[in-house]
Amino acid sequence: MPPPGSAAFRRRIPMPDKPIAVAMSGGVDSSTVAALLRQQGKPIVGMTMQLWNQRRLPGLTAEGATGRCCSLDDVYDARYVAQQLGIPYYVVNFESRFEDQVVKPFVEQYLSGRTPIPCTLCNNFVKFDPFLELADGLGADLVATGHYARVELDEASHRYHMRTGVDSSKDQTYFLWGLTQAQLARTLFPLGGYTKPQVRELARSLNVPVAEKHDSQEICFVPNGDYAAFIDRYFEEQGIPRQQAHGEIVDREGRPVGSHAGVHHYTVGQRRGLGIAKGEPLYVIATEPATQRVIVGRNEDLLRRELTVSDANWIAFPALTEPRRVQVKIRNKHAAAWATIDPMDAPTRARVCFDEPQRAVTPGQAAVFYDGDLVLGGGWID
Amino acid sequence: MPGRFYFDHNATTPLSETVWEAMSAALKDEYGNASSIHHFGQMAKLRLETARRQVAGLLGASAKDVVFVSGGTEADNLALLGASRGGHLVTTSIEHPAVLACARRLNSTLVAPSPGGVVAPEDIKRALRPDTTLVSVMHANNETGVLQPIAEIAAICRAAGVLFHSDGVQAAGKVPVRAGDSGADLYSISAHKINGPKGAGALYVRPGVKLDAQIHGGRHERERRAGTENVPAMAGFGCAAEQQHDWNAIGELRDRLERGILRAVGDTVAHGANAPRLPNTSNIGFDGIQGEAMVIALDLRGFAVSSGSACSSGAVEPSHVLLAMGLAPDQARSSLRFSLGLGNTAAQVDSLIEAVADAASRLRRVSATYSHAG
Repeated sequence: MPPPGSAAFRRRIPMPDKPIAVAMSGGVDSSTVAALLRQQGKPIVGMTMQLWNQRRLPGLTAEGATGRCCSLDDVYDARYVAQQLGIPYYVVNFESRFEDQVVKPFVEQYLSGRTPIPCTLCNNFVKFDPFLELADGLGADLVATGHYARVELDEASHRYHMRTGVDSSKDQTYFLWGLTQAQLARTLFPLGGYTKPQVRELARSLNVPVAEKHDSQEICFVPNGDYAAFIDRYFEEQGIPRQQAHGEIVDREGRPVGSHAGVHHYTVGQRRGLGIAKGEPLYVIATEPATQRVIVGRNEDLLRRELTVSDANWIAFPALTEPRRVQVKIRNKHAAAWATIDPMDAPTRARVCFDEPQRAVTPGQAAVFYDGDLVLGGGWID
Repeated sequence: MPGRFYFDHNATTPLSETVWEAMSAALKDEYGNASSIHHFGQMAKLRLETARRQVAGLLGASAKDVVFVSGGTEADNLALLGASRGGHLVTTSIEHPAVLACARRLNSTLVAPSPGGVVAPEDIKRALRPDTTLVSVMHANNETGVLQPIAEIAAICRAAGVLFHSDGVQAAGKVPVRAGDSGADLYSISAHKINGPKGAGALYVRPGVKLDAQIHGGRHERERRAGTENVPAMAGFGCAAEQQHDWNAIGELRDRLERGILRAVGDTVAHGANAPRLPNTSNIGFDGIQGEAMVIALDLRGFAVSSGSACSSGAVEPSHVLLAMGLAPDQARSSLRFSLGLGNTAAQVDSLIEAVADAASRLRRVSATYSHAG
């Protein structure tokens, strides 16, 4: 075979039969997935999902921010990697789907006092279903992504099980709990068994051009991390007048202690940006969009022993039928806490009772249930 | 029928063998600067002016009225920015981005076509204002192939005393063009759409039309376009302009393809098919299928076609032409453009029909938006 990257090599780009569709973002993880599968001799097609036009809301781009989702630089990188690997590569436009399924719900939930996780919405409604649908239409039975998670078929239960990535600092199962059995059956996560340093080493040894590229951190369509500014600009762009956005900041007894410029600027547990000088540190303990009130209190006021979830998805078993001892994460970086989960009236709901009270249980975030490294399922915190 | 087959000739065309030979000779032998007074310069100049006569022949124009530029986009820019001279521009919403982007920089009015894809001359007439200095209407649309009534529009412009430009990038070489007689004061063409090289184009300028250069420097091209002339590219352009193709045969292949697809695949429609159009272009809508998925599926089967226009990332956006014709965004997204040219055969067309039918049924089987009822 001619050397990778050479003209002769590129002319040999195969037309694969039953290829694996690799979701390529231009980052080191998905690029390494493509390189790894190519090295194993698997027929692959590289694809980048164009989700959001970064130029739409100018001024929100972080200074010097590169390597953001869907930026031209990222597409350039993904295409370059595909060229070096000698694989077919396409950019597909999922912008309208992303806006309907991720951006709009994100904005609506924020305005209704919740703190949503767009990455999970994206995984549940964009990155897997439409991508799998497209892949299927193209004759690709399997898709592969650079997520840090492991999937295996459990022979005993005939269910696909998901386990945490072996690199606990990179594990992404907190965002993947919504995947269905049908989705898991067709999905490969080739990096789940590697640590991030191992992936970088692998990328170097496979001559992946982006081996040294920085990881992205923030939500892809809000590159500077300022969600409130994003929401304000999005409304402006859509020409939707904002109703009265300002309101009172009150303490737990309802006494006014300050004012604010919109509940969407606040999230449960937040301490900064309240603009209140008081003896003890104050935290947001709830937001009330109906009354435009932000309720503040002491750190202890943030502790909760119970929560309920809706729209739950179960991976390890078909439904929760009896109480179970589990470990629960209520944020991506949360250290999983022991709890008992109980079934409720509907199979997609569950009650979570922690052994120890947990700080800042935030409506709109997910509660994800684990048995060690096995992901049992998850749901949205009410 | 394994292999790769090209059905995207409105995007660009393969270089023909004789064009390659002409260019190769010019690259090797006529390396002088066409502005130099010595022998080497004279040889290059000879090659350049021969090419200019050849291109003028394609346009039915005189060689001195042909300005060589870098391509269709530059020809359109030179015409619109160089001849509007501060006045109001009337153009259409189905133009190529090269025209539309210039229109955004000028004081302009966009006229929409009928649902069939044709711009009505009376709509152009109604859009004229006292300060209108220029009208620009393309000769043939790149996405539907629909021919525009440019002779009538030219007559309206002449009567109103405004200049008329036509983007003939898709039409030239495929349908007869008489730049002078048709009444266009300015007419853009491009070499790579007629089996010539990329990076070569021309603007026909009727004698007496005042045109401000947009690229400044030396006194090349009668001070209408500065920069050392690209002699090898123009030699190829000239050669391509002289070639005769059997457009009737290509038209028959296009009809075979269009009929075949409409017959083999249900819920399909040919856009612009009721208007006079180029013999090589067919634009077909497939209900419930994303055009870009179809392009990928066909590419993986070895057939090159296109859908909409690529944005800067390479993702496909719905065609502004189909949107302007009144199609809903979903319909515009579900359309494919097939454009034929030299080298396409009946056997290729037949296996393309088969591949389209196969890809469409597979994509529809998994499509959430396609109703399987009925």
